[in-house]
Amino acid sequence: MPKLIRWRGGVAAWADDAFTAVDDDQPVPPGDVIVSLARFQREGRYLLSQSRNLGVRLASDEGPESLIVDLPRLSVLALTFPKFRDGRAYSAARIARERLAFAGELRAVGDVLLEMAVPLVRCGFDAIEPTDASTPEQWTRVAHRFRHVYQRAADGRAPAFAERDGV
Amino acid sequence: MYRYDEIDREMLADRAAEFRAQCARRLSGEMTEDQFKPLRLMNGLYLQLHAYMLRIAIPYGALRSDQMRMLAHVARTYDQGYGHFTTRTNLQLHWIKLRDAPDILDDLAKVGLHAIQTSGNCIRNLTADPHAGATAEEVDDPRIWAEVIRQWSTFHPEFTYLPRKFKIAVTASPKDRAAIRVYDIGLRLHRDDENALSFEVLVGGGLGRLPHLGPVIRQRLPVRHLLSYLQAVLRVYNRHGRRDNPNKARIKILVAALGPEEFARQVEEEWELTDKASVDLPSTELARIRAGFAPTGFETLSPVSTAFEAAKTFDRAFARFARRNVLTHKVPGYALVNVSLKAIGETPGDCSADQMDVIADLAERYSMNEVRVTYEQNLLLPHVKLDDVPAVHAALSAAGLATANINLISDIIACPGLDYCALANARAIPIAQDIARRFEDPALAETIGELKIKISGCINACGHHHVGHIGILGVDKKGEEFYQLTLGGSAEDDAALGQVLGPAVAADKVAPSIDRLVEVYLRERRQGERFIDTFRRAGLPVFKEAVYAEAH
Repeated sequence: MPKLIRWRGGVAAWADDAFTAVDDDQPVPPGDVIVSLARFQREGRYLLSQSRNLGVRLASDEGPESLIVDLPRLSVLALTFPKFRDGRAYSAARIARERLAFAGELRAVGDVLLEMAVPLVRCGFDAIEPTDASTPEQWTRVAHRFRHVYQRAADGRAPAFAERDGV
Repeated sequence: MYRYDEIDREMLADRAAEFRAQCARRLSGEMTEDQFKPLRLMNGLYLQLHAYMLRIAIPYGALRSDQMRMLAHVARTYDQGYGHFTTRTNLQLHWIKLRDAPDILDDLAKVGLHAIQTSGNCIRNLTADPHAGATAEEVDDPRIWAEVIRQWSTFHPEFTYLPRKFKIAVTASPKDRAAIRVYDIGLRLHRDDENALSFEVLVGGGLGRLPHLGPVIRQRLPVRHLLSYLQAVLRVYNRHGRRDNPNKARIKILVAALGPEEFARQVEEEWELTDKASVDLPSTELARIRAGFAPTGFETLSPVSTAFEAAKTFDRAFARFARRNVLTHKVPGYALVNVSLKAIGETPGDCSADQMDVIADLAERYSMNEVRVTYEQNLLLPHVKLDDVPAVHAALSAAGLATANINLISDIIACPGLDYCALANARAIPIAQDIARRFEDPALAETIGELKIKISGCINACGHHHVGHIGILGVDKKGEEFYQLTLGGSAEDDAALGQVLGPAVAADKVAPSIDRLVEVYLRERRQGERFIDTFRRAGLPVFKEAVYAEAH
């Protein structure tokens, strides 16, 4: 089981993961699950009709727009970083949060490293499955390294130009 | 010139502190080189053939005297007493020790300098017209908009891990001195039919392995929407640019694959969905940044300076310097003074710490504290009174900085090449030095006129060889350095990619080949034609014949 870090109120902490990530060739077990987009498109209606929480995992070349109708009913949107240098999921995260108003858990999965803390949090991720040996204390510290930001993103921080305006 | 406020300074301080902690973890062995590499690259620190290289950002090529003095201090204290100005208007120090890097960043931060985003697959340091604020041609000061983009792109959370590096250039003049057609995004400010300021937006230019000139994807972008539109361009690229092959990951490949019209349509579609007000700067912030660049302190002077005219009459060296290196300013009685970093036999773009100090002093005394860096690897004092040009010339001469060769055959762009760079196939610097020595006679160089030679030591094209009137590309032939020549390129308003002349030649044949090409030009040229004009009219074969005749 991967370890899950949850980001709440500006602090990272270990969290219990109620969800099982299900591969496409596995049967869907009982309980809360995260399935791929392809599986969701095949079995989503059936899975949503059952009394459980459902998450969908998007590959880095899949966008949240493909889920626009179902997003309000999803508990988790898991966005994949095949390599930490592959930054597509940052755009997907901002679109999910800022454009599609996704209010559920936005989870970073794949090659997820401590040094990604700032962009992850700023783009709206609130759950992380780190692949390195990092701890929640480190994530909290790294995510707060910078006292200011220059642009608006999904975290609601006031950018420098708003600070200057006294807003 | 814009001065960083408390927020800007705290951003630099936080970054320097972060990097100090990362370096400590590397030096203690807590981090491996593999883990450290992406972190140091984001701070402009490369590991090259002989040592670490630090690439210091000079946003839009604009420096104050105190910043230039700090560069001199850093070069003297932590390096071998000199630095290398690049075609991206950065300064590279090639002999850095890792343990000194945090101290260097602290020193730089004291004067608002840094190495942020001078490497990595992010939005890189901005470039702009070096004549900004001094030329009568411009419709606005492009530095204002470059500073707007600098802040927006700094630590942008969505665009820190793009498919590949991303470079933006800004100009506000019809004459392009920022090479905007070979940039990932080129922005040209102009006035539209209603006299409103707007941007012409070019996307998908670039050199390297697959050179492209950037097509216009939007003719008129209202300036207030600059950032929301840039976000749309970057988002389309971040999501759809290729990530399977680093050689095909630049935005030029995406634009070429989709076609400029389809790419533009996708950007417009994304932009339509964007909450523009959340991205674009409020007018108060634009006004604040604009005020930072407002001209101050110009005196009302006669457009003709007796001292300047007298010096031209009585001093032939000064007269040549005035012809080649001094340009008309928008304010009567002032001039732009180019400082060539192409002294004959020296390394193009290199500047010693002592020379940096001389330039800083001259800027403070005569040029309103300002210095510019040009992509052609020269410096510029943008606001010098004509009356003071003789004194500036004398001081530059004493420091070996008065070479009167701007735009001439010895004003060569060259990348560091195999003398420093781990990527290079061949040396670039000795080739540039050979050519410059061959055309050392200033009268001959002036007779030849404008001729832009650009040399790259490998296909990555840091020396812009594709857009040289004569381009020279170093290639490796079975372990030996050979050089492929291209003719007819240009990075300016008449932008074009050069055509390959023929088979690559050996290192000792490069300068003689340039000789032949110049002979053909001098023989064939018609009244008023530059080398490139004659080439365009007469065509490749007559030049090719001259260079390869002996081989027949």
